[in-house]
Amino acid sequence: MTNLTERLERLRSHRAAPWLGVALIVVTLFILPFALASVGTAWVRITNLAILFALLSLGLNIVVGFAGLLDLGYIAFYAVGAYCYALLASPHFGLHLPLWVILPIGAAVACVFGVLLGAPTLKLRGDYLAIVTLGFGEIVRIFLNNLSQPINITNGPQGVTLIDPFRIGKVDFSRTDSLLGLAFSGPIKYYYFLLAVLVLAIIVNLRLQNSRVGRAWVAIREDEVAAQAMGINTRNVKLLAFAMGAGFGGLAGGIFAATQGFISPESFVFVESIMVLSMVVLGGMGNIWGVVLGAILLSFVPEILRYTVEPAQKAVFGRLLIEPEVIRMLLFGLALVLMMLYRPAGLWPSKRRKREFAETDPS
Amino acid sequence: MDIFLQQLVNGLTLGSVYAIVALGYTMVYGIVQLINFAHGEVVMVGAMVSLSVIAALAGTVLPPLAIVFAGVLCAVPVCMAVGFTMERIAYRPLRGAPRLAPLITAIGISIILQQVAMIIWSRNPLGFPQIIDNPVFELAGAHISAVQIAIILGSFLMMAGLTLLVFRTRLGVAMRATSENPQVAGLMGINVNRVISATFVIGAGLGAVAGVMVGTYYGIAHYTMGAQLGLKAFSAAVLGGIGNLAGAMLGGVLLGVVEALGAGYIGEIMDLCHLSGISDALAARCAQDNHFVLFGSNYQDVFAFMVLIAVLVFRPSGLLGERVSDRA
Repeated sequence: MTNLTERLERLRSHRAAPWLGVALIVVTLFILPFALASVGTAWVRITNLAILFALLSLGLNIVVGFAGLLDLGYIAFYAVGAYCYALLASPHFGLHLPLWVILPIGAAVACVFGVLLGAPTLKLRGDYLAIVTLGFGEIVRIFLNNLSQPINITNGPQGVTLIDPFRIGKVDFSRTDSLLGLAFSGPIKYYYFLLAVLVLAIIVNLRLQNSRVGRAWVAIREDEVAAQAMGINTRNVKLLAFAMGAGFGGLAGGIFAATQGFISPESFVFVESIMVLSMVVLGGMGNIWGVVLGAILLSFVPEILRYTVEPAQKAVFGRLLIEPEVIRMLLFGLALVLMMLYRPAGLWPSKRRKREFAETDPS
Repeated sequence: MDIFLQQLVNGLTLGSVYAIVALGYTMVYGIVQLINFAHGEVVMVGAMVSLSVIAALAGTVLPPLAIVFAGVLCAVPVCMAVGFTMERIAYRPLRGAPRLAPLITAIGISIILQQVAMIIWSRNPLGFPQIIDNPVFELAGAHISAVQIAIILGSFLMMAGLTLLVFRTRLGVAMRATSENPQVAGLMGINVNRVISATFVIGAGLGAVAGVMVGTYYGIAHYTMGAQLGLKAFSAAVLGGIGNLAGAMLGGVLLGVVEALGAGYIGEIMDLCHLSGISDALAARCAQDNHFVLFGSNYQDVFAFMVLIAVLVFRPSGLLGERVSDRA
């Protein structure tokens, strides 16, 4: 026993140990889609969606986790990004702009929407802000649903179809290519692209967290008045939080539109905002790794349930009693309630959050 | 002119329902400074329970009014039980926690209630059986139905009852004391927990009646109906000044009227063909279609949110309230 711990200790203290770990993770992430594809392509798609949700959660984490501004309409920015991509790269308007142009446009437009939401609500915090952002999300959805008349912009409830897939140079993301004897199908290509974006997003977020702005966010979250007294321009800092969060949402939206090839207002309902919020809450508000973990967990567990609960019900009751979708929603609801009751700081809390939740609120 | 009166009548009906639901929000907020996000779902449960009871009794010999009454009688205790359980399980343990926590719990509860309702009553909307004949009266060019009259009268009776309860009874005194300062109220011998439970239960009971009203008025109930309704009622409560009973009533009625009038007139207001100096292309289109509406009545639901945002930005304390908005 001691021998083993000793050896582990020696291994850990070895200079190459961190690099060994990183290499192991890189190799695993590289092989992952092929391993999943051997089970079924659906699982690669699910993984892609999980990464997309991780991206979204990272964006929402800036607003909720760092700055402490509860946003219940976050999916609106995702919608803005998705519609930007869909309208600029589909036969709907006959435009087929390259993705290097559209993705930044989508993110930028979403940023503008973030500021539009943030500006009138600067004075609000907590519950009030939550409700206003919820209303904002609904307004965006209602507009997407109805902006087909008198001028057809969004194509209404039918949504936009035939959205261009990604094309980088000669690599078309909708086709299967083979390289070095490996078949790279569309979802697998998207996986690598998404993974690259996610890694980039994590790096940006880590840098943000330790930057002046990141500290300012935490300061206004902890005590707005004190932050203001210390010379932080709370208005700009809050607007920046909304804009940056929204930007991530817009980016994710654009990628979503490209991977799906079809979008409609149905994908951007209030429940989706809640889903992303659950991921942030479950993982641990304010902790980047926790948020990514939350997103991956809440994307995969319902899918695993879908593949187990359905056959299980059929085997026991002979028919489907509760649809998987309902179970998924129940799971979200229960997760939110139970988390708040038993682990309010999330599965993987940031140290500061943990402390905050341990205290009681004097007001 | 009669479209104005007609929309006013419709708005008053809708507004009195909003007011009743808004009372549920405002009472809870006044006492524990918590937005009971799941209140809209309680209303939905009320509508669902009552409609299924009414549908079950529809074929029997009972007189129609008795059937509706039975629906209310079943819905109220069920909703009260839901309200009580909700407070006990989800909100009480979180009293004193950072305010984000109960809010997130409330969202969780509303999702759970919705899904459970879906499991019980299925995805399809529940219809109100045609048992009561609904005579329509004419009033200065506008039509008003018996159901509308019943809704307006019923909600005013309930508001009056609630006002009496809060200002004339021992429980009311205890509620007001608790909302002023729970610690001191506790020191004065008030059982704060019981008062808070009572507030939730009363709010849920009112919500149940509102649910029956909405169900009868639209003739339909659906497991997702609570979210919209709750949001609108919350907007009404904020409009009137959250935490303030009279404010909730005023805000509810105002919001209903604004929404109905908006729905009635927005098409006309936003019809660009009325404008002079429109471009040639637009003029050609107007000659063809006769109207070119930028935002039609399908934007009706946007009104409540616009009102909400405007109120919070310009007068966060609402029309009658004194509470500050930036509590976090």
